[in-house]
Amino acid sequence: MLILIKGGRVIDPGRIDGINDILIKDGKIVEISVKGSTAFGSELKEIDAAGKIVVPGLIDMHVHLREPGQEYKETIKTGCAAAAHGGFTAICPMPNTNPVNDNRQVTEYIIDKAARECKIHVYPVGAISKGLKGSALSEYGELKDAGVVALSDDGMPVMNSMLMRRAMEYAGGFGLPIISHCEDLDLAAGGAMNEGEVATRMGLPGIPNASESIIVMRDIAICELTGTPLHIAHVSTKESVHAIRDAKARGISVTAETAPHYFTLTHDAVKNYNTSAKMNPPLRSEADRQAVRQGLADGTIDVIATDHAPHAAYEKDVEFEFAANGVAGLETSLPLSLQLVEDGLLSLTDLIDRMSKAPARILGIENSLKPGAPADLTIIDLKKKYTIDASTFESLGKNTPFDGMQVKGEAAVTIVGGEIVWEAG
Amino acid sequence: MSMEFNRKDILDMESLSVDEINMILDTAVSMKEISERSIKKVPTLRGKTIILFFYEPSTRTRTSFDIAAKRLSADSISLTGSSSSIVKGETLIDTARNLEAMKPDIIILRHACAGASHMLAGRLNSAVINAGDGMHAHPSQSLLDLFTVREKKGSIKGLRIAIIGDISHSRVARSNCIGFTKLGADVVLSGPPTMIPKGIESLGVSVVKNIEDAICGADVVMMLRIQKERQKNFFFPTEREYSKVFGLTREKLKNGKSDILIMHPGPVNRGLELASDVMDGDYSVILDQVTNGVAVRMAILYLVAGGVRKC
Repeated sequence: MLILIKGGRVIDPGRIDGINDILIKDGKIVEISVKGSTAFGSELKEIDAAGKIVVPGLIDMHVHLREPGQEYKETIKTGCAAAAHGGFTAICPMPNTNPVNDNRQVTEYIIDKAARECKIHVYPVGAISKGLKGSALSEYGELKDAGVVALSDDGMPVMNSMLMRRAMEYAGGFGLPIISHCEDLDLAAGGAMNEGEVATRMGLPGIPNASESIIVMRDIAICELTGTPLHIAHVSTKESVHAIRDAKARGISVTAETAPHYFTLTHDAVKNYNTSAKMNPPLRSEADRQAVRQGLADGTIDVIATDHAPHAAYEKDVEFEFAANGVAGLETSLPLSLQLVEDGLLSLTDLIDRMSKAPARILGIENSLKPGAPADLTIIDLKKKYTIDASTFESLGKNTPFDGMQVKGEAAVTIVGGEIVWEAG
Repeated sequence: MSMEFNRKDILDMESLSVDEINMILDTAVSMKEISERSIKKVPTLRGKTIILFFYEPSTRTRTSFDIAAKRLSADSISLTGSSSSIVKGETLIDTARNLEAMKPDIIILRHACAGASHMLAGRLNSAVINAGDGMHAHPSQSLLDLFTVREKKGSIKGLRIAIIGDISHSRVARSNCIGFTKLGADVVLSGPPTMIPKGIESLGVSVVKNIEDAICGADVVMMLRIQKERQKNFFFPTEREYSKVFGLTREKLKNGKSDILIMHPGPVNRGLELASDVMDGDYSVILDQVTNGVAVRMAILYLVAGGVRKC
């Protein structure tokens, strides 16, 4: 099968930016040409990309697919469909499944299932500690061999600094980065939302900024000690941004991500006990939101990831303190992130870097638009205006604080390995 | 002139207007008289069904609402957390929908989670009265406190109200910060710095470190209950030190106003946050608060059930 993408603005940050045609054959890019393609034939599928942009496939390096164990929230299949809808060609599911992805069998199960049922790439993240319990290392050699691309105890942060030190040292030997969910469980204990005026008025127990930044700073220190690349997950506070900026200036091998809700919303979104705006870390103050945006703008924060956390509706339809944490983010990330370009905070090229090239670099995944490379790419319609409607999500999780929001920009076509896996109707 | 009370639910002091607060307090004046009669019952709410739904233990508030309902001839049914289906894993909203299916007029909810009453109010046709939700709000307590102060002082406006103790965990403190401020009082807070929540000044109140400074010039001192188990989370070192530094004693009242009122929402840890002699002393209006609680709750039930007050 031949695919010809005609007339789009092709952007591969640092390499290409211009109107080009892209010819895809047998799953690979065969030609990127300014003069128009010469391909023809009965098997040729033409995609008119005029007025749109064509970029290396978006990668979401932080999602929760819930399978195995909680298939009522999401399955590998529905999560991948949501990703394709959102313009993602690859996703990295976190290991907090049941059973935990801390061993070869679970990793292989996820990879096999994805290969059979899904059309996008699934690169699992293995657990730092056995059972996410923070008391013994998982077998990183086995996990790496089975296919994990990074290690994380996301959701159940490692409190034992010695275990974190050993994990980073040991992971370094396998070339696996550590993704740290930074949260001091003692400082955050009992908290339901960001500590501050809004929590005080609502009578909800607060989670201070320091519960995040204290572990960011600790893990930067351990990164400095061990030299193993550290990636900070879902940055939400100004203090974390400062700590990461400072560490980068000192040449420490740290990278970071944030999620669209942290640069779009503040704790005000929680008012009226809105459980769809409940997540961990929590939505913070306006000063934090601005610091996160600044961190994205100056490159302190390398990556936009969604922390896609689908839940059943009834798990959110309870008392605020009992409501599940998380946002189904895969199908809203692109328009919310494009708003940063609209706001003049990031160039389009930088945004594409944050959503495709940077995660690929951190995880060691090939993701370039060049002849011979796998045809993983996303065609984005920057002008399309619409209202977010959670009921149309491919994800089983409809939990989003963005339902009903007017946005601009969508994935028009998502192509993985030369196959069209999503095409906007 | 007759004014209608158009509010379906009573959820917090924030949502009540000054007019609505005054209407409740004025209505409570006439309700109070009913409790002084030898036959303490009027037929006003005959045929109305009121469910007292208490997920958290309560003596005062539950009894007070129950008596208020009965003095107005409503049928009241009491459910507690352990006797309801919460132990069987049913969600709050499902339990409430089941209760609603039995056509009650008013559901009074006490719950350990902030926002629980707001959640039900948005889903149910019945009126919902918040009888305490987590650390958030306790509007009927605030209204009875306002009533008591107004009764003793004639007016709330311009008074200085000191609220002392565990502000962080207190829904009474939050509701009174809002209630007293709305009616024109100055509210000053004091207590251990570990128990002063971030941003509380946004409610229009001030915070002082020494409780002596809070008491100085105060017309009302409201002491809050200290929960002894808070020591486990390092909020304060010992009961001994708490009572010495933050407890209200006769000594600390020396420089206070001669007509100061001592209040407490109860239950009191006698000798801990409140010295025994102060609790029983001349300034204490703690039992008046309880008496007034019935009148204020009668007023709330009456108005929420659709009563029209002529004035």
